[in-house]
Amino acid sequence: MKNPQRSPTNPGSLRSRFTQVFLQSLLRIRKHNPTSSSSSSHGEFLKRCRRVKVAAYVSMARAVGTRRAWSRATLWRARNGERQRNLLYGRCSKSNSRERSLGKRKRKKKKKKKRDNEEHSFGHAKKLQKLVPGGEAMDFCCLLDETAHYIKCLITQVKVMRSIADFYSL
Amino acid sequence: MSTRRASRSSQPSSVAGMSDEQISDLLSKLRQLIPQLRTNHTDKVSASKLLQETCNYIRSLHREVDDLSDQLSQLLASTDRDSDQAAIIRSLLL
Repeated sequence: MKNPQRSPTNPGSLRSRFTQVFLQSLLRIRKHNPTSSSSSSHGEFLKRCRRVKVAAYVSMARAVGTRRAWSRATLWRARNGERQRNLLYGRCSKSNSRERSLGKRKRKKKKKKKRDNEEHSFGHAKKLQKLVPGGEAMDFCCLLDETAHYIKCLITQVKVMRSIADFYSL
Repeated sequence: MSTRRASRSSQPSSVAGMSDEQISDLLSKLRQLIPQLRTNHTDKVSASKLLQETCNYIRSLHREVDDLSDQLSQLLASTDRDSDQAAIIRSLLL
């Protein structure tokens, strides 16, 4: 059985860990992408925007650590995403399709569709699997558990990002 | 060697060896997090609807993160404060 409800996601400490890591990432992005009005283009803006977005998700995964399957999947994807994209498709696009194809190759889906309880919710469970990082490798119960934790962390992430944006825009 | 299999096959339940009670516990825990469903405390929500609402909620959270990333990268471009600012933010938010 997994760890009991120990709440490692105490809002105070998870929030502060995420804030620290995310702020460091933002500073790094700013340093490595110095913007001057003459050189900045729309493409560069999009790149930076994407970096900020990835930094947000990765920072949260790092704040959570490796105790959760979704955070492990996020960190793994961040480390290997570039390599996968170049090998498989050779172009930049969403990594969701990447994970889907890898998931199918790596794991055979063993779900039996005979189960009544799952039948009508099976379709939605599949959609949920695609939304939660690493979801395709999880069975139904893990998926529910990880989803709950993932949502809690997403909410914290959004709150902190909003506070930072509000602060900077003052 | 049956390690995981043994624990799973003991329960004659519908999903992967977990009892229905555990599943409904997890489902109700999830339900607490979704704002739309939290208010309907007395009504029974089907698993299908719960999963659907969960998917919608996660998608909306992802959209919010996208929007906030847009905002933050614009602000990063426009501001040229140094890392002292980060220290101030940290102390304010913690």
